[in-house]
Amino acid sequence: MHAPAQQPKKRLLRLRLNGRWREDAVAEKQMLVDYLREVAHLTGVKTGCDGGECGACTVLVDGEAVPSCITLAVRCEGRHVETVEGLATQVQISKLQQAFHEKLGTQCGFCTPGMIMAAEALLRRNPKPSEKEIRAALAGNLCRCTGYVKIIESVQAAAGQAL
Amino acid sequence: MSTYPIVQCKPPRPGVPLIDGIEKVTGRARYTADLAHADALVGRILRSPVSHGEIIRLDVSKARRLEGVVAVVTGDDCPHPYGVLPIAMNEYPLARGRVRYRGEPVAAVAAIDAEIAQRALDLIELEIKELPAYYTSEAARAPDAVLLHDNKLGNIERDVHHQFGDVAQGFATADLVREETFHCAEINHAQIEPHASMSEFDPLTGRLTVQSVSQVGYYLHLMIAQCLEMDSSRIRVIKPFIGGGFGARVEVLNFEIVTALLAKSARGKVLMQLSREETFITHRARPQTDIKLKLGMTKSGRMTACECTVTQRGGAYAGYGIITILYAGALLQGIYDIPAVKYDGYRVYANLPPCGAMRGHGSVDMRHAFECLVDRMARELKLDPFTVRRVNLLKPPTRTLNDLVVNSCGLAECLDKVERASGWRERIGKLPPGKGLGMACSHYVSGAAKTIHRTGEPHAVVNIKLDFDGGVTALTGAADIGQGSSTMVAIAVAETLGISLDRVRVVSADSAVTPKDNGAYSSRITFMVGNAAIDAAKHLKGILVKAAAKKLEAKPEDVECGEEFRVGQARVPFADVVAAALVDEGAITVKGSFTCPEEFQGGKHRGGAVGSTMGFSYAAQVVEVSIDDATDVITVDKVWVALDCGHAINTLAVEGQIQGSVWMGMGQAMCEETRYLEGLPAHASFLEYRMPTIAESPPIEVHIVESHDPFGPFGAKEASEGALAGFPPALVNAIANAIGIDLNELPVTPDRVMDALIQRRRQARLASARKATS
Repeated sequence: MHAPAQQPKKRLLRLRLNGRWREDAVAEKQMLVDYLREVAHLTGVKTGCDGGECGACTVLVDGEAVPSCITLAVRCEGRHVETVEGLATQVQISKLQQAFHEKLGTQCGFCTPGMIMAAEALLRRNPKPSEKEIRAALAGNLCRCTGYVKIIESVQAAAGQAL
Repeated sequence: MSTYPIVQCKPPRPGVPLIDGIEKVTGRARYTADLAHADALVGRILRSPVSHGEIIRLDVSKARRLEGVVAVVTGDDCPHPYGVLPIAMNEYPLARGRVRYRGEPVAAVAAIDAEIAQRALDLIELEIKELPAYYTSEAARAPDAVLLHDNKLGNIERDVHHQFGDVAQGFATADLVREETFHCAEINHAQIEPHASMSEFDPLTGRLTVQSVSQVGYYLHLMIAQCLEMDSSRIRVIKPFIGGGFGARVEVLNFEIVTALLAKSARGKVLMQLSREETFITHRARPQTDIKLKLGMTKSGRMTACECTVTQRGGAYAGYGIITILYAGALLQGIYDIPAVKYDGYRVYANLPPCGAMRGHGSVDMRHAFECLVDRMARELKLDPFTVRRVNLLKPPTRTLNDLVVNSCGLAECLDKVERASGWRERIGKLPPGKGLGMACSHYVSGAAKTIHRTGEPHAVVNIKLDFDGGVTALTGAADIGQGSSTMVAIAVAETLGISLDRVRVVSADSAVTPKDNGAYSSRITFMVGNAAIDAAKHLKGILVKAAAKKLEAKPEDVECGEEFRVGQARVPFADVVAAALVDEGAITVKGSFTCPEEFQGGKHRGGAVGSTMGFSYAAQVVEVSIDDATDVITVDKVWVALDCGHAINTLAVEGQIQGSVWMGMGQAMCEETRYLEGLPAHASFLEYRMPTIAESPPIEVHIVESHDPFGPFGAKEASEGALAGFPPALVNAIANAIGIDLNELPVTPDRVMDALIQRRRQARLASARKATS
């Protein structure tokens, strides 16, 4: 028998996740995406690539959009991490979610959570973005279904802009 | 069974959001990798490090002994070949004796965690005696090349030779004959969800449950039964949410069978998640294609003859290859009236990941060549590109030389719409330097009229259940992969019954619950499953109308169906009619079906079934480009596209599909290309495999044309593929318009534009030097 693999070193991580504080023992090398999916069971956060290529894993850390697949979980100590699951209340989905739904900003839906979180970060810092600013803010998020036309329309609709 | 549904041309209705849209925007949608898997083993695959070779030794004993490893499987565990075409199954889920491409699965492990699985792979000892490997069609076809498959001489999987009409006579009557050669790079579907599969074998009941990314669950079901030597009744295949397909998941894929093999061997649950690199290597996409095309044309632009040779580098295994090479020839026709057509196609094996079906299957590269050459000949004849297309249009109903039936064609209207919307007539030839307009047409099938497995079953079956709760549940095997097919089924049922869309639920693609469906390929779902859904809803309507008539003491023909059933002024709520219909009978289940009749299933010539369909979609598009003088960077400023989808069942989804397909054509045209270095994929990440981002994607203005197909559901045809093939030629034609350079290679990267400009300058210098010396 070969020896079992050495257990990875763990650390206690305390963070605010979608508004609630929680503590978990996490491996020091664990990526935020794996922590969110495997430990917190927030599977709205997607893995679409082998690291930092597609934006499907985008979450907000203290309001800023970051790719969670190249962010260490332990770097979020004491910070506020928000995922797509945190945008909707029990009775209402957010404006952006509603717009992506109604304007067909989502087709297969796999890039959608990341796309919505990147757009959420944009609208929080710039509630009335120009089309160019929308394009710049979402340039790290790949979608293979829509050709992006209806994604831009969705963000504009959420921002209350006439199309 | 309905084969000729009554046409109901409904007025266009506003589009509706996807019925599963809320799940997608909230993150509640569960894709394969999101399924509960805390109790699952982790599957990993060992892949061949060489492109071609004989496996001399494969020793997995050390891996098996590693603590935490539960199962190890190799080619010895599955002696059955698999594949999508019954006549071309030449691939094993795990290589047996020989590997034919770098990255081919050789062995697999299931372990308690990913690290142990990886360590186990590292402990597998693999010794391979290398054989010569071929990475181009020419090298593979060389007379002294080693054969990849012993029964395929010249490494040709399939050669096709079709001739219709008198080609020599056609060229003789032409005023202008031109021949050109085009090269189109291999590309990949690059759906954003990486491949994943989960299999659970229950040793107590002997049952296997498979949840996977398949576009065609029943192929997967059949192949797993075959490869695992299981009774298919003990297998259940469920489709979770799927993060895009575009053809990538039409074939059964090796990792899906490997996951099932591991689960059976481990007697438990295994989750296999492929990396992006492995997802690229699994491939099955559009092959590298060389096209030699010759066209004859009269002064007025009438086409007189067409001669086309297509060579596709198909990769190491058969996959869908035979169909792809047949499509390229068959779809030369069905769009223009050409009196004579000759086609020679060669599908070649090479030591690269196998190609397969991708959006616009087989037709895109050929259409690119065709629409480019037509434009160049029009220019030479001083004809407008729109005029040349218009004088060659088919007049439906008609049958092409190769026996494709065209029942409806709105291409003339598509041309009118994009010509007007783009301001073509006012702007062409008057644009500033570096700017250009180009156009092209394209078409695609609404479902292959002949099924792959000729079982005698209908081409589509839909069940509808109605019970005490008044909920109408449509059960379909059709795989919604993001295109909105479940929403289409819901609309078809709701419209037929005249009821509210929220009353309808759609349960899709679970072999234990839903009727078998041939799957999401060849844009068949709207046409075939839509018709079957209408048929089922009509049966249900008949039952409800009868019950309502009895309750209202009226004749059934006087009853109007809906949320309230009406006869004159009398009204009965839906729930009361349902209660009345359930008396003595209980829960109602009805079935609807659809079959393409024999007469639409193509010609009798060999391969004649491919390309046949009951309804072709048609598209025309105009592309406007700007080319930067200093960098040769091409910017697409805008696209105007019109597509004849017969009838838009869901306008919103149709628009989305058209925009997505045009944009995918743009990716192929401008930047997408798989590249291999001695068989090693050099493109296998989203950084290397460049797709257009939102920053460089143009506005795409969509015009929907409704030709009301006589056989489509409510007159509908497909809308997801037809517009793709028009983009690359429209772009290349626009570049020619902008800077006078004709490009014959895809993708049209700035490098290629720059090379062409340097070449042109060099030739100009040479010409002036010659002039000076003479």
